This record gives sequence, C-alpha cells and structure tokens, in this order.
Amino acid sequence: MIPEIGEFALIIAFFLSVVLALVPMYGASTANDMWMSYAKPLAMGQFLFVIISFVCLGYAFSQDDFSVVYVAQHSNSQMPIQFKLSAIWGGHEGSLLLWALILTGWTFAVSRFSKALPLDMLARVLSVMGIVATGFISFLLITSSPFARYLPRFPADGADLNPLLQDFGLIVHPPMLYMGYVGFSVAFAFAIAALLSGRMDAAWARWARPWTNIAWAFLGMGITLGSWWAYYELGWGGWWFWDPVENASLMPWLVGTALVHSLAATEKRGVFKSWTLLLAIFAFSLSLLGTFLVRSGVLTSVHAFASDPERGFFILMLLAVTMGGSLTLYALKAPNVKSESSFSWLSREVLLLVNNVFLTVMAITVLLGTLYPLLIDALGQGKISVGPPYFNAVFVPIMCTMALAMGVSIAVRWRETTLQSVLNKLWKPAVLSILIGLGFPFIYGNGFDARVFLGISVGLWIISTVGTEFIGKFRNTQSITNRLRQLPLSYYGMMVAHVGVAVTAIGITLVTSYSEERDMSMHKGDTVEIAGYQFTFQGTHVVKGANYMADQATIEVVEDGQPVATLRPEKRRYNVKNAMMTEADIDASLFRDLYVALGEPLEQGAWAVRMHYKPYVRWLWLGGILMALGGLLTVADKRYRQSSPNQEATHA
Amino acid sequence: MTPKRKKRLTIILALVFGTALIVGLVMYALTENINLFYSTSQIAKGEAPVGARIRAGGMVVDDSVKRIPDSLKVQFAITDFEHQVVVEFTGILPDLFREGQGIIAQGKMDAQGVFQADEVLAKHDENYMPPEIAESMKKKQEAMQ
Amino acid sequence: MPRVLLFIPLLLFIILAGFLWKGLSIDPRELPSALIDKPFPEFSLASLQQPDRILTKQDFLGQPVIVNVWATWCPSCRQEHEQLLVIDQTGEIPIIGLNYKDERDLALQWLQQLGNPYQFNIFDEQGMLGLDLGVYGAPETYLLDAQGIVRHRYVGVLTAQDWQELKLMIKGWDSVKN
Repeated sequence: MIPEIGEFALIIAFFLSVVLALVPMYGASTANDMWMSYAKPLAMGQFLFVIISFVCLGYAFSQDDFSVVYVAQHSNSQMPIQFKLSAIWGGHEGSLLLWALILTGWTFAVSRFSKALPLDMLARVLSVMGIVATGFISFLLITSSPFARYLPRFPADGADLNPLLQDFGLIVHPPMLYMGYVGFSVAFAFAIAALLSGRMDAAWARWARPWTNIAWAFLGMGITLGSWWAYYELGWGGWWFWDPVENASLMPWLVGTALVHSLAATEKRGVFKSWTLLLAIFAFSLSLLGTFLVRSGVLTSVHAFASDPERGFFILMLLAVTMGGSLTLYALKAPNVKSESSFSWLSREVLLLVNNVFLTVMAITVLLGTLYPLLIDALGQGKISVGPPYFNAVFVPIMCTMALAMGVSIAVRWRETTLQSVLNKLWKPAVLSILIGLGFPFIYGNGFDARVFLGISVGLWIISTVGTEFIGKFRNTQSITNRLRQLPLSYYGMMVAHVGVAVTAIGITLVTSYSEERDMSMHKGDTVEIAGYQFTFQGTHVVKGANYMADQATIEVVEDGQPVATLRPEKRRYNVKNAMMTEADIDASLFRDLYVALGEPLEQGAWAVRMHYKPYVRWLWLGGILMALGGLLTVADKRYRQSSPNQEATHA
Repeated sequence: MTPKRKKRLTIILALVFGTALIVGLVMYALTENINLFYSTSQIAKGEAPVGARIRAGGMVVDDSVKRIPDSLKVQFAITDFEHQVVVEFTGILPDLFREGQGIIAQGKMDAQGVFQADEVLAKHDENYMPPEIAESMKKKQEAMQ
Repeated sequence: MPRVLLFIPLLLFIILAGFLWKGLSIDPRELPSALIDKPFPEFSLASLQQPDRILTKQDFLGQPVIVNVWATWCPSCRQEHEQLLVIDQTGEIPIIGLNYKDERDLALQWLQQLGNPYQFNIFDEQGMLGLDLGVYGAPETYLLDAQGIVRHRYVGVLTAQDWQELKLMIKGWDSVKN
C-alpha cells in the first residue's frame, strides 16, 4: 500500500508542477497579480508531495519490502539500517527521486526567502523551476518509477547494494552533489526570468547571487566528498581519476565558479550582463549534461549506472528543450541587455574577465576530453579512451596562469588602477613566493624539482597577495577590532575561498611529487620501510561483519622506534553478491597519511599488501572545504538580507 | 581609429591569440595522450605498435594466471576467443579480476610480444563487459560469417 | 555586438546534441548474435550429470526450448538461478543448460544446492560450443524454436520481465502455427 501512496503522491506533485510551470508564468506576462500569487502555494504543495513520495520509498527500504523492484535490487535484509536508507539513492530511480526532492526543495526555498523580490520576478523564477520539475518528475513517472512492484511473485530477499556504495561517504556524497547540480537551476531560472522580463540590473544580480553561491558551495563540497570517498574506498589511494562521471561534476563547478565571479562584477559594476546570463544557462546545462552522461550509458565509467538508451533519450530531449529553448531565448533577447559602465585596462573588471575566460576554457577542455571518445565513436573512427595525461597536460598550465591572475586581481581596484600601485603591492609577495618555492624542494625533498617549485610558488603567491591586501586594510586605523568588524563578510568569503585554492594547489603538488608507494608480498613478521616508517605485517585473521566476512590484517607502523599506528585493512567478501571488496585502512593527519590496503592472498600465508605514504593529501580536501566555506560566508553578508524591493531598485 | 575601437581590437586580438594557444595545447595533448584500443587478434597479428601506450582487452583465459613466487609479478593470457596475448603485470590486481572475466589492460607491447601492463581494469560490476571488448568480439563474429 | 554572434552558443549546443543523439544509438551493451535466425550449431558433447551420455542437437529438436549458458564461476548466474527455477515450475518451456567452461564437480554441487531447473545439461568444458554459438560470457540465454533455429538472445541475467517477453514470443509462434 505504502509504495502506491508514494507513486500517487508523485503523480500529484507532477500535476502541481505543470500548473506551477504555466499559471504564474501566464500571470506574469499578463500582469495578473492573482495568477502570479499562485506560485508560492504551488511551490509548497509540490515540495510536500515529493517529500511524501520520498518518505514512502524510505519506508519501503526500512521495512525490507522486496515486492518493490527497486528495493529488491538495491537492498538486503542483512544490511545495516543506515545503508538501507542511503540505498534510496543507490540506484537510478531513487537518485532521480532525490533529484526531484532537492529541486522542489530549492523551489520552495526560493519562494520562502525572496521577500525582496517583486511579484512578477518571483512568479517567473518559480515557473521556470516548475518547468524543470515537470520534466524531471515526468521522467521519473514514465521511465523510472522507483515504486514498480514484482507481482505476484517477489523475491524473499534483496540483491544487496553494491558493496562499494555501502559506506558513509556514499550516504552524504550524492545529496551534496545534487544540491549543487540542482541549485544551479535557481540561477538558471533567474537568468530566464531576466531575459523574459528584460530586467537585468544590479538588483537582479543581488537576488541571484546568494542562490548561486550556495549551489556552488554545495557542488564544491560534493566534489570534495567524492574525491575523498574514492581515495579511501577504491583501495588504491587515487583521489581524482578524470573519470567521465567526475568530469560531469567538475564542468558545472568550473562554469559555476566563473558565474560566481561574473555575478559579482554584474552586481557591483553593472558589467558583463549578457555573459553572466549565458554562464547561468551553461552552468545548469552542464549539470543536465552530466546527468545525461551518467544515466544514458553513452560513456562507460567506473560508476556509471546501468545504462538504458530509452532513459538517455528522455534526458536528451529534456536537455534539448531546456537548453535549446533557453539559448534561443538568449539569442533573441540578450541584445536588450546593456552594460552600464566602462572600465580601463588595469581594473578588477578585466581581471575577472580573464578569470572567466580561463575557467570557461578549462570547462571546455574537460568537456572535449570527456566527449572525444564519443565523437570518435560516432564518426566511426574506432574506440579510444582519453587518459589522465591529456587532462593533466591541459589543466595544469591553464590553472597556473589563472592562479597568477588571481594574485593580481586582489591588488587591483574596480574601474581603474595605476600600474605603479599594483607593482608596489605585488613585488614583495612575488619575491617571497618565488624564493620559498625555490628553497622548498631542497629542504623538504632531495633537490630541485620544477613541479614542486611551480606548485608551491603559485600557492604561496595567492596566499601572500591575499595576506598583503588584508594587512593593507589596517594601515590607517587605530582600532583593529572595529576594522575587522567593518569589513564585509563577502570580503572574508573571497579571501577564504582564494586561500582554499592555494591550499588545494599545494596539496596536489606535494602529494603527487612526494608520495611513496610500495606493493609487496608479505609474510607474517615481514617489515618494510617507506619514507622512514617501518610497516610490520602481523598476519591476518577472519572477522565477520553484518553482511560480509573479511580477512583482516594487522600492520604495525613504527617511526624511529616509536609506535605510530596499528592499521587493520580488510579484504571483504559480501555474502549476497559474492563480491570481493578491498577496505583500506588509513592513519590520517594534516601533514601525511599512511595508507594500507590488502591485495590478494598468495602462497604460504603471504599476502599482497599495498602501502602508501601520502604527504599533504588532506590539504586537497581542506582547500575544497575552504572554497565552499568562502562561498557560504559571502551569502551571509548582510547586504543580501536587509533590503526591500524599493531600495534595491534605486541602489542600482 | 578611436581609442575605443583600438581597445576593442586589442581585446579581440588577445582573445584570438589565447584561443589559438589553447587549441594548440589541447590538440597536442590529445594526440599525445589518446590510448588506442587493440583487440587480442589485432595484437597477435602484429598490428599494435611496439612500445606505444595502448589498451588491450579480452577475457582472462582459464588456468592461465600464474604468479611468480615471492613477488607480485603475475602473468596471464587474455583472449577474444580467437587469439591469445600474454600479459605481464606487477602489482595488485583489482578485486573483480578473475579467470573468465573481461578486463582491460593498459600498457605497452614489448619486443617479445608480451603485453607489459601497468594498469589492469575490471569494472566493479560482475555483468560488465568492457565495451571495447564487446565491440571487438562483435567484429570477430561478423568476420566469421 | 552583432546579433548573429549570439546564436553561436545555440549552434554549438545543436551540434553537441547531434553527437549525443548518435552516441545513444551506439549502445555498448547491444550484441546481436551472429546466429539469430540461423540454426543452432551442431555439437556432440557429454552430459553434465551422466558423463557417458553424448548429447547432440537431436536431443532437443521438435519443440521450442531455452538454452541457458551458465557456470559456477559466474556470480550473476547465481542471481539468475531463481528465475530459471520459476520458469521451470511453469512447465511452459524446457530449459537446456549449457555448462560453460566449468568443472564438473563444482557444477554438480551447484545444482544439488540451488535446485535443478534444467532438462539436461551440456557439459562444454573447453567452451567449443560456446565459441560456435558466439557466447562471450555467462549468463546468456538463447531461445530456440522447434526447428532448432536461434530466435532470440539475452545477454546477462534473465529477469522476470525478459521471461514475460519470451512467453509472448512463444505464444506468437503458436498462433501462427494454428
């Protein structure tokens, strides 16, 4: 009964989203206040019914209702309860339902927290989101209902969730990522509403900006979590694979980063409006494209869902309607959008433009690398794969150049700056970062290393320019605390996010340059030394988990005679799927990780053991967290909270 | 030319130059870093270049997996049911590696006709058949008719 | 800015969409068998349960049958087994097992533990029949008509839905005959 209620709630939500897509939009174009005012209650109703649907699916999982196909395929009675619940988004249908839940949730949030928005703008924004919701909920209902039943005969127990997904990282990673993907639909809806109404001023940018920043921060966190999950769960210590699915999340993030910056320029100076609109459209398009690539099976990847051309076709149609429609609208309406001010060569505007160009180019190169095998295949030229070397070769130089521009942009003012003042501010950080960059590989490593020099210098360059600029703010003040309070939160947000970039850059540099890794065949009592740590293999014993059996090894790690850690990696065999899983064990700290994974048993009780020493690997994710935090700090700025529509209009 | 025109021209020139640079970089990186896929039959017939990084795929032949004692060196054969190729790999094989399973190996052919793999991939899905393998099997079947 | 330039993003998207469209039709999982609508290959192999008995194609001609390729090394075959038992219970169509590149002891043990949905099992230790048939993995399932012509092929686990499809196909033949 409960699954039918879920299905039914979803159908109601579908009709509500259809009405939401049509009525307020029509009201806005005919200036009918009553029709427009339907938007808010509809947004709420839509959200409510999707919640009901979602709760029903959760209930089916918690009660082991294996008559539901989706539950039977992705759960098992032996599974611990937290994994039963996270299995809701362990497969295609359920993760789409999560998509719909988050989408309607964002719609509801916009309807609640947009008191400053004029009614017609709000009506249009919510209607556009209603259109997207209509598309997704019909996708769910038509091709991928999670509530379909096995009737009359159903299996006694479920097929179990893929062991890789039975993990804490997978409980939190997809919701975060989807919050980001779907969050860009808000920026998209604002862009479409602006094109439709012809209203595209500083006030508009101020409304759209917090939503964009939140979505961007979530997406960044999602990617960071995904990378962390891959690191500890896939068992060989990699943290980024340039896998199509990863790329699918990186592309909207890159364009989203460009959008966040471009919106800042639009808000503060009324420039790049047309470009900002285009970026908003692209950020969401790439989110949809990512979904397409993952769901349709056109690209194979480590974690692609079961592929289904019918579903792929549906998403492609969805993509064609949303993107085709919005880009046509853009081409027709964008000429009405004019920039409001001019700027000179050396100004923050120009540097933001440079940043935008770099980020967009990076997104395009990733897109190209991801789709290239598909293009070649479609042209009948054979099967190829584009490996990480391509992405590294393209990404690293662009990223380094952009980091240089980042440092300069901090020191440059809006509108115009003299070259002299910029040079005055920058020469010290430049010298400092180059000198430390040169010295670092000698002190930390065994001699000069161009890669390390580049990475460290670039990271320090960003940090030192931010630092110099920050200290400069206190030059003419008596009270430091007052000044600290005066600085807007968005300024802190910018600094934190930029430092985050530097931290990630340093982390990547050091972990790629100074990691040590050893695959060994070890007997009980064998000792191996890696980077000054002695790893001693103490043998294995069998342990039993809730739904698996495992060989657990004990490995003592000693440094300079002092015990550092006891690591217990496992080789698990999951009962139901009869699948093998490597569960690594990690001794983590800020400056290094010790990572041990079990390979396979060899002759005479020996095991293949993989040991890593990974310096500064945590910095990768720390930087990701800082970037997301910076994005959120900016949103908390008081200027996004305290203004009424009238003030907004005059402020521009 | 008015200063405004001049400025616009410079912007356009800079953009064109930048784009050309990046396109060049991308093209270079693409041609250098594409891994072409070869079926075991193609390799057995000597069509695969020696020393270049390629991908090879096939089913692991039953009873062909041999470990070299006291090391992580392992040797096995892969097949598309027509020709076999011997693969050597040092390290830890993926969890789903087993005989009868489709795998993809990444590496180089050496002068002795042995494929020296530095990476062995098996998807985390027991129903998985790497599409390249499927494709080469399909070709083989078509050729047989 | 010239208005035409504003159409560039749209144009690029259309090109991209075209390629994605094309990409969809290249289904990496689709593997039409070379033998569709061709006779099942001739063979002469031992039975799994009775090693002395030699099986040939004549043993199942005269009625539609399902030939199921399985092996004990194949984890998805275990998953599929339940469905095969269900089909066997309906008695609508006999299932012939093709035990593919397997070991006899293990296979017999498997049938004892999980139940035996098969009329008989062809023991294809070397995988030669599999090769003739174009099998590339297990499980795979072939639908043969009464003349021994291969009518359909399923790659991967046979699901309840596939079974419904199969039933419809067989019904279709019956009605043609009558």
